[in-house]
Amino acid sequence: MKILVPVKRVIDYNVKPRVKADGTGVDLANVKMSMNPFDEIAVEEALRIKEAGKAEEVIAVSVGPAKAQETLRTALAMGADRAILIETDETVEPLAVAKLLAKVAAEENPGLILLGKQAIDDDSNQTGQMLAALLGWGQATFANTVTVEADSITVARDVDGGLQTVKLNTPAIVTTDLRLNEPRYASLPNIMKAKKKPLDVKTPGDYGVDITPRLTTLKVAEPPVRSAGIKVADVDALVGKLKEMGVGA
Amino acid sequence: MKTLVWVEHDNAVMKDATLAVVTAAGKLGEVHALVAGKGCAAVADQVAKVAGVATVHLADDASLENGLAENVAPLVASLMASHDAFLAPATTTGKNIAPRVAALLDVMQISDILSVEGPKTFTRPIYAGNAIATVESSDAKLVITVRGTAFEKAATEGGSGTVEAVGGASDSGLSSFVSAEIAKSERPELTSAKIIVSGGRALGSGEKFEEVITPLADKLGAGIGASRAAVDAGYVPNDYQVGQTGKIVAPEVYLAVGISGAIQHLAGMKDSKTIIAINKDEDAPIFQVADIGLVADLFTAVPELTGKL
Repeated sequence: MKILVPVKRVIDYNVKPRVKADGTGVDLANVKMSMNPFDEIAVEEALRIKEAGKAEEVIAVSVGPAKAQETLRTALAMGADRAILIETDETVEPLAVAKLLAKVAAEENPGLILLGKQAIDDDSNQTGQMLAALLGWGQATFANTVTVEADSITVARDVDGGLQTVKLNTPAIVTTDLRLNEPRYASLPNIMKAKKKPLDVKTPGDYGVDITPRLTTLKVAEPPVRSAGIKVADVDALVGKLKEMGVGA
Repeated sequence: MKTLVWVEHDNAVMKDATLAVVTAAGKLGEVHALVAGKGCAAVADQVAKVAGVATVHLADDASLENGLAENVAPLVASLMASHDAFLAPATTTGKNIAPRVAALLDVMQISDILSVEGPKTFTRPIYAGNAIATVESSDAKLVITVRGTAFEKAATEGGSGTVEAVGGASDSGLSSFVSAEIAKSERPELTSAKIIVSGGRALGSGEKFEEVITPLADKLGAGIGASRAAVDAGYVPNDYQVGQTGKIVAPEVYLAVGISGAIQHLAGMKDSKTIIAINKDEDAPIFQVADIGLVADLFTAVPELTGKL
């Protein structure tokens, strides 16, 4: 079985995003970029499945600018076998990403596509589910544990209030949640080796997919600012404030 | 405009998350609702009483019992032939189903809306709420998920909707339900808790976390959260994590104990109505967003607070 792992280059999760003064978006110039944290978990899970002898090849794929090659190299350094970049400088919405990935899936015939539940930039949480619909495959979102069997995959999903376990026929789509695993760090020798692994560069046009956005962003603004409130002197004063609010009264 | 609201339920009782979606849908037009499940007629009757709901479509079929997206999405997509907008709560159920519906309709979904600005214009948080985007859709139909904390809940009485049975559901054969383990704890879950007590790395150990945070949370009937630092240090499991990569919460009261207030954490809780911080470092960034701050050693202040409430 092949595993396809879509990954996205996003602002590093430790960086505070700054809204551009003209309200057109978030300033990403000279900002540290990294692999979307949920996608790192997806890469890790794919590698563990391969290391357990249940998959032969892990292919990382990204849709984005030329610099997304760095993100793919990170996936290769972690242990992915090869990578595909669908290069574009345009904004590509989840629906268009899903259409591109569906084309890649048709060429590669993976048994499993593992991807992050959401990217920490646009926070859409859509691509995996959309891809599953387009391919007509089963989906397990928010995976907490993934068990690969001969012709099925059992996934415990993190749902509100607990876990739900579903069984999917393969091929299938699984999106990762935080508790699935802790991604490994790439070692220096593996980073060096990753430079020699194959990385194909394609364009959306190669796949015949129209990526014209459906949504227009009219404005991007700072959220309402919270002003610092008051400091209370001691616990008694805090208890008083809480009781005023009807808390713990 | 005719809207279709996804009703969240457990086949017996409608869940509260539905009510904010009804309010959001009402801002767009006529509110229809879909109750999809097995043996869920009682839920349809509850929804028909919700203020503002005109029609309840009831799809009762064994294949819909567990809300599997593979079975539900084609049903919703077929109903969308006679509706203009599909709205679901931004719960794990809604987030699982809505994008599958959107792709079947060739529509770009608008996730997690905070407000309705026009018939096709909405605001939504991006970058974990560090920015708010106003977006306009060019699609003929709308598929939307709604952030529950951003809209008032519709009244559960006063409506007089009609219930209509809809057919056409079938099992896709792509997936099957195995089991569910829904926590039966008395403690409210983080995403719906009215009060949350969260602990940070300053607690020093899992034992201290339990010893200091849990009694206060018990006293307040609160949910328990944690900063990523506390989770990374192994004090509590991962699902306690509040923050950009954890849970996004907006309770009435958020009590941050020994949490410095890293960006990552603030992104997950800064929409809380009242933020209270207890930290011994008076320069901690958490105090910049806190409505009420107490500079004190948590190991003495929190037990004292617990005792006096």
